Amino acid sequence: MTVNGAFIPASEGLTVSQLLEQRGYQESRIAVEVNRAIVPKGQYQSHLLHDDDIVEIVCFMGGD
Amino acid sequence: MTDTLNIGGHEFTSRFILGSGKYSLDLIQAAVEHAGAQIVTLALRRATLGSIDNILDYIPKSVTLLPNTSGARNAEEAVRIARLAREVGCGDFIKIECIHESKYLLPDNYETIKATEILAKEGFVVMPYMYPDLNAARDLVNAGAAAIMPLGAPIGTNKGLVTKEFIQILIDEIDLPIIVDAGIGKPSQACEAMEMGCAAVMSNTAIATAGDIPAMAGAFKQAIEAGRTAYLSGMGRILDKASASSPLTGFLAD
Repeated sequence: MTVNGAFIPASEGLTVSQLLEQRGYQESRIAVEVNRAIVPKGQYQSHLLHDDDIVEIVCFMGGD
Repeated sequence: MTDTLNIGGHEFTSRFILGSGKYSLDLIQAAVEHAGAQIVTLALRRATLGSIDNILDYIPKSVTLLPNTSGARNAEEAVRIARLAREVGCGDFIKIECIHESKYLLPDNYETIKATEILAKEGFVVMPYMYPDLNAARDLVNAGAAAIMPLGAPIGTNKGLVTKEFIQILIDEIDLPIIVDAGIGKPSQACEAMEMGCAAVMSNTAIATAGDIPAMAGAFKQAIEAGRTAYLSGMGRILDKASASSPLTGFLAD
């Protein structure tokens, strides 16, 4: 699947929660989009990812 | 009675909105504290891997976060960023920026109005960054904006109130807080904006590129407070000819 623009080999059926844990993200600091649809935090544990998914993981940074 | 800034039903005693771009993280907290800022802007970006420092750890919890939609080139992209920003879980405030040219980074008022309408209906407190145009500002009011944020000069230029006359028109005609955003380069310009009747000033580059960041944040705070007090006091009048400040007593010339 593609995560933040980069291909990563990830197993079919991984949950969003598992992906975030594997990649070292803090759930409280980020938002997740899968195929342009936001995945609410409450669905991280149940939302299953697929090989052709495009995932965006975003967080805040300095800005004006 | 306390003089408060009301944005979308939220009250603030500070009228200084501080940007958080271009700082090293360890200076943000000191800048926020010296500024006395109760609203701080942020941007949304792809999260890098791992447990690197997060900016949210450096901003006091009492501060209202105002994410922007920087990077958005049109309304659709701004709406997408706004929804993601809200999903991070730091409130409903959003500063809309729709910009599709890189030389002057001027906002596209038309796309900004479209995004404002969509996001206001979704319950966001929408604060659009705009080119100071009265007709566009009226459209933003009708679209549900909570404040209007006209530019003083192009982003990051520190050129000051280049658009002063047009900002004054917005202050005079628009019944929402007018917050000068972008271009304010030094405290005297922030003070001038407040003397004109702006509800608040937003600044980032002027502070982030100063020699002593926390001290400059403090200088802006004082300037904004002085300008506000002056505005509320009502300016002294201007005359073409001299007017003595003390009675011209007659006895020396008798």
